[in-house]
Amino acid sequence: MSSVVANIRQRSGKCRAETITMAHGSGGKAMRDLIDDVFVTAFDNEELNKLEDQARFDLSALTNKGDLLAMTTDSYVVDPLFFPGGDIGKLAITGTVNDLAVGGAIPLYLTCAMIIEEGMLVDDLRRIAQSMRKTADEAGVKIVTGDTKVVPRGAADKLFINTAGIGVIAAGINIGTHRAQPGDVVLINGYVGDHGAAIVDARGEMALENTIETDCQPLNSLIQTMLEVCPDIHCMRDATRGGIATVLNEFAQGSNTCIRLDENAMPIRNEVRGMCEILGLDPLYLANEGKVVAIVPADAAEKTLAAMREHPAGLDSAIIAEVTDTPEATVILSTSFGGERIVDMLVGEQLPRIC
Amino acid sequence: MKYVDEFRDPDKAKMLISEIIAITESLEITEKHPLQLMEFCGGHTHTIFRYGIEQMLPKSIELVHGPGCPVCVLPMGRVDDCVALAERPNVIFTTFGDAMRVPGSKKSLLQAKADGADIRMVYSPLDCLELAKKNPDKEVIFFALGFETTMPSTALTVLQAEQEGIKNFSLFCNHITTVPTIKAILDSPDMKIDGFLAPGHVCMVVGERPFDFVADNYNKPLVVTGFEPLDILQSIWMLLKQLDEKRNDVENQYARIVPAEGNAPGMDALSKVFELREFFEWRGLGSIDHSGVQMRKEYAGFDAEQKFSVPNLQIADPKSCQCGEVLKGVIRPWECKVFGTQCNPETPMGALMVSTEGACAAYYNFGNLDELLGKREKKAKQQKVASA
Repeated sequence: MSSVVANIRQRSGKCRAETITMAHGSGGKAMRDLIDDVFVTAFDNEELNKLEDQARFDLSALTNKGDLLAMTTDSYVVDPLFFPGGDIGKLAITGTVNDLAVGGAIPLYLTCAMIIEEGMLVDDLRRIAQSMRKTADEAGVKIVTGDTKVVPRGAADKLFINTAGIGVIAAGINIGTHRAQPGDVVLINGYVGDHGAAIVDARGEMALENTIETDCQPLNSLIQTMLEVCPDIHCMRDATRGGIATVLNEFAQGSNTCIRLDENAMPIRNEVRGMCEILGLDPLYLANEGKVVAIVPADAAEKTLAAMREHPAGLDSAIIAEVTDTPEATVILSTSFGGERIVDMLVGEQLPRIC
Repeated sequence: MKYVDEFRDPDKAKMLISEIIAITESLEITEKHPLQLMEFCGGHTHTIFRYGIEQMLPKSIELVHGPGCPVCVLPMGRVDDCVALAERPNVIFTTFGDAMRVPGSKKSLLQAKADGADIRMVYSPLDCLELAKKNPDKEVIFFALGFETTMPSTALTVLQAEQEGIKNFSLFCNHITTVPTIKAILDSPDMKIDGFLAPGHVCMVVGERPFDFVADNYNKPLVVTGFEPLDILQSIWMLLKQLDEKRNDVENQYARIVPAEGNAPGMDALSKVFELREFFEWRGLGSIDHSGVQMRKEYAGFDAEQKFSVPNLQIADPKSCQCGEVLKGVIRPWECKVFGTQCNPETPMGALMVSTEGACAAYYNFGNLDELLGKREKKAKQQKVASA
């Protein structure tokens, strides 16, 4: 083989196409170029760059960090792909990182599977891959293996992403929905409903004057700070789809307790409240992508709150509820008007395709 | 938040509640004979539950949640017609979001959408005209639904379509009217209502006068009511005041929005496009004379019912369903035989469980279910003992 031909054959890929075609999912050169140029370039780390069919890591490096291995997966189908304060790539990292973090795990490695609709702009894909890398760096995780599929126009909507992740839980941490006890206190790390409101706003159907930004952020650093102050956190979940109403119901039902929520204590932005007023939405059911709800023993509440407020991801943290014994498995809201009502699980959907 | 928080002030609420308690005490009403006040409108029902107003009131006042939720009272046959229209080829069927989940005899619009029908949610009927212009080879059908509140916007959309010469747009008209329905409730032999909170947004369009008959012919007090929690409390207080002074008047609590004579341009548009139907079928209440509107002949080109054939079948509600009795205040929502068991928001059997504005759905979502079910069992046992 002449050296010119060999050079051309071996030249590592540059994806020159403007849009994704079926060829980019064919397993051939176009796909290799896309993966090299868009994903490997963006994610760039030792484990991934080996380009084997699987990532490999040293077991001892994991066992040094803790007792238990945690694993999770989530798929991201948000519409639109880009919205104020974030994009589907950022969401695909924070969502999976946060699902690990709320179990007390230190997230370490993620996978990334892309299902791309034919016709998507390669530049958009590049922006999304770069956003994933930036967010992974913020969260201190690596994207170590991946997969790329292209489907014909109409078989998916622009881009769907799946990420799975593993992390390690340190000894002595025991977080579970069954552990809420009467007397415990419920904390949240800031304003509720921003993500759901941002997506409605970004769809442009309402022509609102204000721009509402998503709260999409990794929570693992904040949660580790909370665990340092209060290793005995009883319950913890991130309040995503279904909002904080759903998470609180899961706690109340899981532990057979009553959670009494104080509407006056709930941090809600005026812009979000205003939008909810116009559309008849309830902020308690709006999605969040950077909010953790934690239940801690009463004597640890103040110091945990203080630690949260010192962390950049928890500046507006607040105590929003307390756990009592009856009525069992129920969430009750004391309204700012002076009445009381039950806050049930969401029936049906409030908004489609928010994450 | 401006213009919102003022109407949700807990201190003013406390003042009103103590006034209300004072009047009910002077009215010598006991728990055994609670005063029944009906809020007609689903928007009021929603506010009452959302702010927990019912528990703030003395037990001597019972709020009866009326039929004023257009999504709830839509008969199953009409939903079937919607599905039939939506499943026609080359049709884009448009609807307000809350009508998507209403069950038909076979499926809801949500299910029809999943089966492949092109069904889209819109926030305003005017959005349909944009869709029609963008899709000249398709027929855009708008599911027109609601009381007099939403009629002017539908009528104006039809007038604009006419003006712009848009031919591929039509309405499936399910607009209904409040006055004949309140009259039907008042004429019912088992009716026990002592006073009415009238729907503020309907009155914003039609004014106060159409409700004079409630006071004049049926000797019941009526207060046109706004939608914030303080509006509701103030209106209840105004009704009690009338009862205390033995007056039956039409009063307007919502004067900041409702002019006594209503909205003349809105009424003009409405009467230009619509005329009364002979009768209209309501879920839970049956057929009520002149309680719906249809499109006038001049606008037949915009009437989906005339442009396309619809099955137009009457589908009876399940026998076990007691929506009619709940609507008239004869029984409370949780006293219905199927409440919370066979009939729940996920699989609603009756009209009132369908939308969050329906009385049963409101009790299910915001009320203490176990407590309500317990009350129902207790009552059933008592009745058994009594009949034995």
